[in-house]
Amino acid sequence: MNAIRHHFSPLQRLLHWVMAICILAMLFIGVGMVSTIMPKYVPLVSIHKTLGAVILVLALIRLVTRFYYGAPPLPADLPEPMKLAAELSHYALYALMIGMPLLGWGMLSASAYPVELYGGIYLPAILPQSDSLRTLLWNAHFYLAFAFFALILMHVAAALFHALVRHDGVFDAMAPVPIHDEATRVEYKAAE
Amino acid sequence: MPEPRPSPARSVLGSFVLIGVVVAGSAAAFAYTAGWLSPERLTPWKMLEALAPPSGPALGHRRNHAKGICFTGVFESNGNGAAISRASVLAAGQYPALGRFNLGTPNPDATDASVRVRGIGLRITPPDGQEWRMAMINAPVFAASTPDGFHELLVAAGSKDPNAMKVFAEAHPEFAPFGAWAKNAPWTGSYAEDRFNGLNSFIFTDSSGADHAVRWSLLPEAQVEPVTQDDLKKLGPDFLEQEITQRIRSGPQRWTMTVTVANPGDPTADPTKAWPDDRRTIEVGTLVVQRIEAEADGPCRDINFDPTVLPPGIRTSDDPFPAARSSVYAKSYDLRTAEAKDYPRTVTGPKP
Repeated sequence: MNAIRHHFSPLQRLLHWVMAICILAMLFIGVGMVSTIMPKYVPLVSIHKTLGAVILVLALIRLVTRFYYGAPPLPADLPEPMKLAAELSHYALYALMIGMPLLGWGMLSASAYPVELYGGIYLPAILPQSDSLRTLLWNAHFYLAFAFFALILMHVAAALFHALVRHDGVFDAMAPVPIHDEATRVEYKAAE
Repeated sequence: MPEPRPSPARSVLGSFVLIGVVVAGSAAAFAYTAGWLSPERLTPWKMLEALAPPSGPALGHRRNHAKGICFTGVFESNGNGAAISRASVLAAGQYPALGRFNLGTPNPDATDASVRVRGIGLRITPPDGQEWRMAMINAPVFAASTPDGFHELLVAAGSKDPNAMKVFAEAHPEFAPFGAWAKNAPWTGSYAEDRFNGLNSFIFTDSSGADHAVRWSLLPEAQVEPVTQDDLKKLGPDFLEQEITQRIRSGPQRWTMTVTVANPGDPTADPTKAWPDDRRTIEVGTLVVQRIEAEADGPCRDINFDPTVLPPGIRTSDDPFPAARSSVYAKSYDLRTAEAKDYPRTVTGPKP
């Protein structure tokens, strides 16, 4: 057994891919719901609030697993600017995963809106009613959503770059199913 | 760590093309979802543009029903509604009520006698965190059967073409009952004498899980004294607000809330179509208005009377309006809360 892990733990990988689906759905629902007056507006808003609460819980669990399990090291030959970009983008992704639901929750609270989730679950208000606070949070929630989506596109591009161009194991480290795990690589070498 | 394996130049190029396609395709899907590629989509923004007067919207105010006054009181539920909805607000009891009497105009300075449509926004809060919000008007039917039709009506009403309304009314015969009401119905000299109708249909779910399509109304307890618009024009520009303030200072005013249950086959999706008079109607409680406060500092100012804020046991039906109203009210709320400095509160210093 190696001392250095090459993969994120199975729990981290599960959280990553489940949250990837949730967050992409969330961003599309968010940008779609504010552009429509069709009957689907009501269920979309309800899903948006509920999924936001789910993402917040998952993101907090994920943060704990990140502290507990850590992350596999980046390849030693990765250029420094790319290493820095990788690290900073991960900080930003965690900040957004946790921050966006809190901004949304705070915004609804400051608007004196009931925070009702699917199934008739009510969350308490986390801020007092305030038009100025609401405006601040609304702007943050709105503009950061586009920043979040742009960051995810960069993240996807970088992941594919590692997988398709560099073949350096970075994508494999978070792959939904192990692609080049230790056992298959040993067999591959033995077959050669 | 697996060693990086060199890739042939052609496959590297192919990989970059693939990455570019994935990123550009995702961005395009996002832009489509946002409506940026669909200029014909009826967005909340377009609805607000159609509502705005030629001089532009009144900043800091609701984009429609802009003139109003706050009230507080209680909703006394008599428990009769519990037969058709499990909502806690319909169980017998007294629940705090907050609301707003208003005029259906985008102009907060409109003279009261000039506005045909009057409305009431209402929020009832039973103690368990649930809320029931609604916004109702004095007309017996709505002016359009779909949100698109309503948008067309707004465009026609705001058009410089003198024939625009005639053309609209001919293309939309469903407008006729509302048009006849607006033209012929008597006026009243007080919000306290107005009947307010929810017009949209909703679904009540009872404790056995059975659904009932309903519409609701608030019927004034005050004696109604019909007047003409010409009588009202002789009064001051704000007589409605002054009158209701005076009247409630001398005693609370009451409205009976009635819920009408549709028969199978009644039109639930079209608020231009009244249901026959013989439909089962249940008196579910009484709205008691106890106190009036000016809007600028009042408790209704920053409340969005979003008709889709409903307690468990009440939900939207196939009527497309509550969703459209919710979406448009939310946009109006975004705008006016950001413009609060254009609608100053009269009290300076920290709020108590």
